[in-house]
Amino acid sequence: MSEAKDYKYVGTRRVRPDGYDKVTGRANYGADLTLPGMIWGRILRSPHAHAKIKGINTSKAEAHPGVSAVVTFQDFPEKSQGSPLAQNILANEKALYHGHAIAAVAAKTVQIAEEALGLIEVDYEVLTPVMDLDTAMADGATLINENLKTVGLPEPATEASNIAARQELKIGDIDAGFAEADVILEREYSTPTVHQGYIEPHACTVRYDENGQSMVWCCTQGHFDVRASTANLLGMELGKLKVVASEIGGGFGGKTTIYLEPVALMLSKKSGNPVKIVMDRDEVFKASGPGAATKSWIKIGAKKDGTFTAMQAKMAFEAGAFPGSPVGPGTMTVFAPYDVANAKVEGFDVLVNKPKVAAYRAPGAPQAEFASEMLINELAEKLGMDMIDIRLKNAAREGTQALYGPKFREIGFIECLEQCKASEHYQNAVAEGNGRGVGAGFWFNIGGVSSAVIHMNPDGTATLLEGSPDIGGSRASMQSMAAEELGIAPERIKPIVADTEMVAHNDTTGGSRTTFATGMAVIEAAQDVVRQFKERAASTWNVTPEQVEWADGVARNTAGDGEMTCQEICASAGRTGGQITGRGNINARGAGPSFSVHIADVAVDKDTGKVDVVRYTASQDAGRAIHPSYVEGQIQGGSVQGIGWALNEEYIYSDDGLLENPGFLDYRIPLASDLPMIDPIVVEVPNPFHPYGVRGVGEANIIPPLATVATAVGNAIGRPMPDLPCSPPRVLKAIQEG
Amino acid sequence: MAKVHVSTSVNGEPTEFLCEPHDTLLDVLRNELNMTGTKEGCGSGDCGACSVTVNDRLVCSCLVLGAEAEGKEIGTVEGIGNNDSLHVIQEKFLEHAALQCGICTPGLIVSTKALLEENPSPTEEEARYYLAGNLCRCTGYDKIIRAVMDAAESMRGAA
Repeated sequence: MSEAKDYKYVGTRRVRPDGYDKVTGRANYGADLTLPGMIWGRILRSPHAHAKIKGINTSKAEAHPGVSAVVTFQDFPEKSQGSPLAQNILANEKALYHGHAIAAVAAKTVQIAEEALGLIEVDYEVLTPVMDLDTAMADGATLINENLKTVGLPEPATEASNIAARQELKIGDIDAGFAEADVILEREYSTPTVHQGYIEPHACTVRYDENGQSMVWCCTQGHFDVRASTANLLGMELGKLKVVASEIGGGFGGKTTIYLEPVALMLSKKSGNPVKIVMDRDEVFKASGPGAATKSWIKIGAKKDGTFTAMQAKMAFEAGAFPGSPVGPGTMTVFAPYDVANAKVEGFDVLVNKPKVAAYRAPGAPQAEFASEMLINELAEKLGMDMIDIRLKNAAREGTQALYGPKFREIGFIECLEQCKASEHYQNAVAEGNGRGVGAGFWFNIGGVSSAVIHMNPDGTATLLEGSPDIGGSRASMQSMAAEELGIAPERIKPIVADTEMVAHNDTTGGSRTTFATGMAVIEAAQDVVRQFKERAASTWNVTPEQVEWADGVARNTAGDGEMTCQEICASAGRTGGQITGRGNINARGAGPSFSVHIADVAVDKDTGKVDVVRYTASQDAGRAIHPSYVEGQIQGGSVQGIGWALNEEYIYSDDGLLENPGFLDYRIPLASDLPMIDPIVVEVPNPFHPYGVRGVGEANIIPPLATVATAVGNAIGRPMPDLPCSPPRVLKAIQEG
Repeated sequence: MAKVHVSTSVNGEPTEFLCEPHDTLLDVLRNELNMTGTKEGCGSGDCGACSVTVNDRLVCSCLVLGAEAEGKEIGTVEGIGNNDSLHVIQEKFLEHAALQCGICTPGLIVSTKALLEENPSPTEEEARYYLAGNLCRCTGYDKIIRAVMDAAESMRGAA
């Protein structure tokens, strides 16, 4: 796969097939479907961060004119009631965070439903909220779940704890590694709770059908997982629940679980009507899964020449109200970009009274690698080394044993570093008074189960059914790859994100898996079509399929004369054996990891602490860019989410554990006016396990900005910035303490 | 409370509807007129996904009451172009890959059109500040700004 190949469609910048509907407003998202007889659902949410629910009286709400159904946790089938997912979707005995769903109402209008919410009487006994890692992990802490015991301790836990799990990774001899070091640095870092900030709130429209097939229309990154988890909680057979993935207005990991769908189905079942529920923005912030807040301690030992001798980390991740933070990937990624013989990482998964965290773009890695990359920059300064050179000195390459298990195959970390170093940006000194930072990122990428079907139409066009919700332009990539294999123009292939009835199971869109894994399913389906094209042409010419050559959408008889175009074969398919359908059902292995390296220059207003990013360069290894514009788009978008994380974004809670900034005015994501252009460098070191060399590109880009920007700010003001975000008050305080 | 009868014009079409006094223009467009091209991202005027024009003035339709549309001319994304004849702004958004998920796109198309009608030759900084009320979480704005600047140039050339 190392030699460059000429492709006709792969690598070209075509207009995306779903683009027309999106620029004209015709594309239908989660909240856009209305069904005949449909009524509206609304959800009552806890006004407390931590409270015992002593009773819920819904009788007044049920009697309210216009109300058709009210549901609470007790409406879940009994066998589902032990499920943490069910208890997150509707609170059971305790409300565990501000905004935790308590009950739901369906009524003729949203207004009536909201009036009815006000008539539900909940008897709360307010408990002390546990709002941060130090409090949660302290001896004698208030317990969020009295039955939870820490797993992964050297000795089995005997006492209940807010620490759900401990895990450890090690390689070599950490003490010997530090003994070899000429310089040892250590520091503590923290990152706040952040939100993915997708612009489209969670939404669904459902219809329950006792005897036939129920339907869910929703915005999700994985409609097959929505079907599986919803059917499981409600005791339904998979075949009796159809889930249609609407267009999705952003997800970034946040739409990989369920909140509304089972509630809407229970309301639909009780009322007999289709039900639509759309979250408000403040519900999205309060009650969907944010990205985990973390605290990390990092220690690195190095030789005078910059060679790392030992790397150690201890990291705690907030899980929210239920176990399951991304501390696992955090521990696995924290030192992954580097070749180090001695390393030890310890991670803790910790409950707090905040919403259960969800995946957020490279879940766990930005927080973990923020801490390690910050300390590497500090180490470079201490040793008088260039920030890129110290990374080149220690960079993982083919054959490097990764702390988390495998030996790396071909990877592009060094190429990313070298191309950043050679960039015009880096070659020019940072402007007087400004600060510069560099940071790196590593993400595994995943493969998994994907299914695709290509139906050839009698006019020679193709309908491509795949099952991966398109969050970043993947239909354009699928179209290009199918066109490359079939040898027909991409415009003659219509890629469709099919519902759960139309293709077999597909894993959720996440882990940067879609272009890689679903792409492989599409390639396989297209190759299946080509195989049948050859058979049909062979039977027409009375030769063997091996004697037929397929190129540029035309079959040629190599044993004699004759050519048949794709159109001709498809037009006559009914007579040569029936219509032609190609299938690709795979479990893709060999996702190639992606590395990224960023450079930021910032200006800091010394009077206000406001930071402006004045120049930004972002490199990433894409393996092969199937659609370069959307690869750049992933790099630019991930960079800017990371810039927001570094500079402004954080959940702000009151002492009572109430979220004080559940809106876009106060939870400030980057605006067009905050930013410069983001210069992408697309590195292409092909992944040997993909036919075109694809690596996932969705995630590695959000990792570097945290340390890159915080280092730049620190360099501009001459003080380290170990706690995110580098918001104006915090930067100003650092300047004043300077 | 009785519903309000409103006579207005939407994308040049005379339109009548009944709405509750508290219904926003966004609610009316989406739920009464079935025009779902205008999106709701926040309901508080912070994200710009619901951008429309009222008598050529760019507004967030979540902050305007349906009843206020009486006698006004409303412009939405559905009036800007269609698949057969895209507006140049729409063409440039496609050409520059200035959208990913696309939920902010209708609002950005409406806002960009308003920008270029007010200021046919914006600087990059002017474009960035004019569009600061339209949040996009996918693109990092780079390709959006390039599309807007290119659309401005094309429109100046055509004028």
